[in-house]
Amino acid sequence: MAEKMDYTPTELIVCVAARLLEDGKSVFVGTGLPMIAAMLAQRTYAPNLLIIFEAGGIGPQVPALPISVGDSRTFHRAVAASSMHDVMSFLQNGYIDYGFLGAAAIDSYGNINTTVIGDWERPTARLPGSGGANDIGSLCWRTIIIMRQDRRRFLNRLDFLTTPGYLTGPGAREAAGLAAGTGPYRVITQLGVYGFDETTLRLRLISRHPGVTVEEIQANSEFEILVPDEVPESMPPTAEELRLLREIDSMGMVIKQ
Amino acid sequence: MEILCEGRGELVGWRDPDEHRQWVRENKSRELKDKRMSVSEAVGRFIRDGDFIAVGGFGHVRVPMALIYEIVRQGRRNLTMAGKTAVHDIDILVAAGCVNRVEVAYSFGHELRGLSPASRRAVESGRCRVVAEISNAGYQWRFLAAAMGIPFIPSRNLLGTDTFEKSSAKIVRDPWSGKPVCLLPACYPDVALFHVHRCDKYGNAQIDGILVEDFELARAAQRVIVTTEEIVDEETIRRQPDRTAIPFFVVDAVCEVPYGAHPTQMPYLYYFDEEHIREWLTVSRTEEGARAYFEKYVFGVRDFEEYLERVGGVRKLNELRRIENLRDRMQEG
Repeated sequence: MAEKMDYTPTELIVCVAARLLEDGKSVFVGTGLPMIAAMLAQRTYAPNLLIIFEAGGIGPQVPALPISVGDSRTFHRAVAASSMHDVMSFLQNGYIDYGFLGAAAIDSYGNINTTVIGDWERPTARLPGSGGANDIGSLCWRTIIIMRQDRRRFLNRLDFLTTPGYLTGPGAREAAGLAAGTGPYRVITQLGVYGFDETTLRLRLISRHPGVTVEEIQANSEFEILVPDEVPESMPPTAEELRLLREIDSMGMVIKQ
Repeated sequence: MEILCEGRGELVGWRDPDEHRQWVRENKSRELKDKRMSVSEAVGRFIRDGDFIAVGGFGHVRVPMALIYEIVRQGRRNLTMAGKTAVHDIDILVAAGCVNRVEVAYSFGHELRGLSPASRRAVESGRCRVVAEISNAGYQWRFLAAAMGIPFIPSRNLLGTDTFEKSSAKIVRDPWSGKPVCLLPACYPDVALFHVHRCDKYGNAQIDGILVEDFELARAAQRVIVTTEEIVDEETIRRQPDRTAIPFFVVDAVCEVPYGAHPTQMPYLYYFDEEHIREWLTVSRTEEGARAYFEKYVFGVRDFEEYLERVGGVRKLNELRRIENLRDRMQEG
């Protein structure tokens, strides 16, 4: 059992993310890592995971990695091939337990930027924008964010707040009119897994990935990350998880990155 | 109603609902009439310089590419485009200099395939301007409001963010719950373009698979151009009326274009042409490369049929059909 396993940081991230999803719950899934995580969960821990795609796929049994959230694989053997109005309305009506998002940058309250680096009028780099991210971050019960972590991505101040986390802290979401009881739940990076402190709603370390130190985690963030006394190690991918992952993304479009 | 906050993005595509009703009364025929025409005639008649256009499908899925290439061929300029998860279409139109203003939900990226070199370059150099931000749900609800003939629709997204700040939405106090709620203004594009699986000569259009927001968008736009894999007789439509997503009286032009979504995917029929998309993403890293692409695939061919020959013809198209269908067989086996 103590056999040493070779896996990429991306494979670890996807496995950790998949384990968060519960059987019999619903998840709204975006492009890339979130798709693979949801597919892995459906093949392992959560066979009855209700996967929903923003372009209208409801409850598919995803056969192979979709390249787009509108790809026909997103409604393969689905219970319904519907519309964006329909699934976004389910989101707004409280039917969606988990939302899965990627992010270019994040702040300590879990607010996300995917719109611009630099000034909005004259950007240094133009990114794609909200897509469905603002909708998911506003409306699903628990948002899970999967991203790469470094000092240019874990920021004190975002250039643009695309998708709401806890905004400026306790009470801010409700004051803005966002649905009560919603918000970011976990952030998963190549270094560790984070939650949000119950009182301050700031990012708080839950586990560090094998071989990663708390110092490293802190050094890769511009803001201070809250650290509990005990920080366990994340469980590495199992052989079975890796086998499935490599089957799901046989071209290595995502997991090889 | 108390206005709590106002977005400062440009209000794109809004009309007074009474003005739109009047326009519909005078301009949209309720007669069953033959609307078949060529792609070149449809673009020539219904898309003008300066128009605000929106395109059906989603990302790289069911995008009316024959119409997109024809817009490039006819050299339309100063178009504003709905960046409603617009991926390949907007990248081509921005790179070709046809579109220079965008309201963005999702643009300038190709999802898993990475960012769009050509359109990002245009935005970062100021040649193409982002005039407002919104989200995917936000955009389709703007179309829904227009389709319903109401001036705005309330929603619970965008609140508290810069996406709202750069949008044309407003936040008011909901007179019933007392909570802040977002109001999205109706959005009526001048022209909407779609590619569908089948359509009769009058414009009754049926789509297989997800509708995305085509149902709402077709009803919101002033002019609607539909390209279709095949034109079927009226009887085929009337036998399965529950399949009709877009009824004839909102449609202005019907063009039969087999493989009209290439290189994007047509659900159940053909897969993405990854090779061709990769070629575009590679050559469009430079201005010269993008220009050479348009010379080869748009200006250097007479029409879409010749374009299909150039991208690999029957052999390539059959291969894309096989990939789209193989996945089903693999799953069942």
